[in-house]
Amino acid sequence: MEIFDRAAQGLVMNEPLIFERSVPGRFAFSLPGEPDNAEACVQVIPDKFRRKTRPLLPEVNEVELVRHYTRLSQWNYGIDTGPYPLGSCTMKHNPRINEAVARLEGFTAGHPYHPELWLQGSLNLMFALETFLGEISGLPGVTLQPAAGAHGEFTGVRIMRRALLQRDGNPRSQMIVPDTAHGTNPATCAMNGYSVVHVASNDKGIVDADSIVALMTDDVAGIMITNPNTLGLFEEQLPAIAAIVHAKGGYVYGDGANLNSLLGRARPGDLGVDIMHFNLHKTFSTPHGGGGPGAGPVGVTEALERFLPVPRIRKAVKDGGETYYLEMNNADSIGRIKAFFGNFGMLVRAYAYIRELGPDGLKQVTDMAVLNANYVLAGLRDTYHVPYDRLCMHECVVTDKYLHKVGVKTMDVAKRLIDYGFHPPTVYFPLCVAGALMIEPTETESKQSLDEFVEAMLTVAKESLENPELLLTAPHRTRVSRMDEVRAARQMELRFQSKPE
Amino acid sequence: MTYPKEYRYTREHEWARVDEDGTVVVGITDYAQDALGEIVHLELPSEGDFVKKGDTFGVIESTKSVADLFAPVSGRVVEVNDVLVDSLEVLGEDPYEEGWMVRIRPTDSDELDELMDASEYEELVGELEE
Repeated sequence: MEIFDRAAQGLVMNEPLIFERSVPGRFAFSLPGEPDNAEACVQVIPDKFRRKTRPLLPEVNEVELVRHYTRLSQWNYGIDTGPYPLGSCTMKHNPRINEAVARLEGFTAGHPYHPELWLQGSLNLMFALETFLGEISGLPGVTLQPAAGAHGEFTGVRIMRRALLQRDGNPRSQMIVPDTAHGTNPATCAMNGYSVVHVASNDKGIVDADSIVALMTDDVAGIMITNPNTLGLFEEQLPAIAAIVHAKGGYVYGDGANLNSLLGRARPGDLGVDIMHFNLHKTFSTPHGGGGPGAGPVGVTEALERFLPVPRIRKAVKDGGETYYLEMNNADSIGRIKAFFGNFGMLVRAYAYIRELGPDGLKQVTDMAVLNANYVLAGLRDTYHVPYDRLCMHECVVTDKYLHKVGVKTMDVAKRLIDYGFHPPTVYFPLCVAGALMIEPTETESKQSLDEFVEAMLTVAKESLENPELLLTAPHRTRVSRMDEVRAARQMELRFQSKPE
Repeated sequence: MTYPKEYRYTREHEWARVDEDGTVVVGITDYAQDALGEIVHLELPSEGDFVKKGDTFGVIESTKSVADLFAPVSGRVVEVNDVLVDSLEVLGEDPYEEGWMVRIRPTDSDELDELMDASEYEELVGELEE
């Protein structure tokens, strides 16, 4: 199939807001009892709790309701539609076995207020998942509570702060963050009361241990470092950096967003990381995008384990059998981070993924993720500028520099890619590279799919020289063509208002 | 792109101009506004706030990214450009005059000497463009 034929036009229905479909008196539900029983049902609620005015809800029947959301879903593009090479986000296929396991009644019917005895299966799963993550990372103390990656960061730096406070009576006031960090890292510092000391990466795109020596003072709590970093490069000097930080009494926080390229090959704990979070919704294939939910467990060294949030899941061996229970009492703990035990449904999926693949399978995940990214890079290298042209890990960064002469920029390339049926890569990130296009193909794309993506990228570059206007006005095949992004950001209409009668 | 000779510049792409009354007017350079692209949001300090040289005094957001604004000098903010509240496009059209952001009464005007002059800044931009 020609790349030009990859995406086609097809009949897609326009769909108004559901409020505009509303006709008074229509409904998509029935109450028990007589058809006019609604009033009687309302009477059950004490008067003081009843609202005095009708809520402004749309009134539609069931088929209209179903069609409304089905039509909206047809405007969507997701990983189930096609490749989604959004760098740093690990938009890989979510195996359906995860879903089957998460829907087992033993998991779905559980409730956090059930007595421990009834929850043994769920607690067993969580205990095992903690053990797996500890083994994968080399950080034996694991909490599953944090609800997402940034929440995990918050938890991790909270632990760092508490450990310093307990040891020295002084949490210190600064944190080193490289220019190849995720934007959440500085935000995490701010949330925990640390100011950020920026460090620039060297000409190879990684952090120099020498540059840390000067910055690592007695007032610096530690470093937040992503490995591989957001340029998709392995931080080769991480052990040396960790030694410098540790010598000054600080801690190394490892942002686990890019763990997809380390599984079974390198363990952050062995590289000198003290605390890290795991994005289960990235590396461990639980669904994300559009609100998740995510899951951001945190792993720590044995020395920091006592600071982890409560409750901890413990195993007791009694009369030859194993039981699991929750331990609440721990004066050193930073306390609770989330109600109950985290996003449990995500934990089940991540567990299923790890069990399905096993140690060899996980190693293969990483090998294929790295191979695929390098395959894409090799295909683009002669056409797109590569700021750090070396072996990459699970993602690669190219720029729009060669296209500047015709007035085409990164955003235009991204918009034109949509016309070929690809979700664009991450654009203008990392910030330390001008006009970045950050591509993460993930291990779940086939060679055919990668070939098509590269061909689309090369076609777009060729078009930019022959007919730049085609890119500047793209996309052309979508329901809605290019947006006025300034107006979309500044003049938002977020709430339905009925037209005056 | 132009860089007025009488202005001073930071490595983070802010400009500073000393007015006759000794106050320092601050904005972002032509390079900065061009690199950011279309600007959608701006957060500035309030009149009376104290800013410290090298610290962030505001946040600027475009359709591409979000960036901090760094104070070229320490001092008290004595005036904020209200025009920008409703007309962010001014930053792109006239970054050096109409698009000024804040006016600061510096605590130590010697700090200005630590900033780059126009030719030094142009050199920096040249390196970045490479």
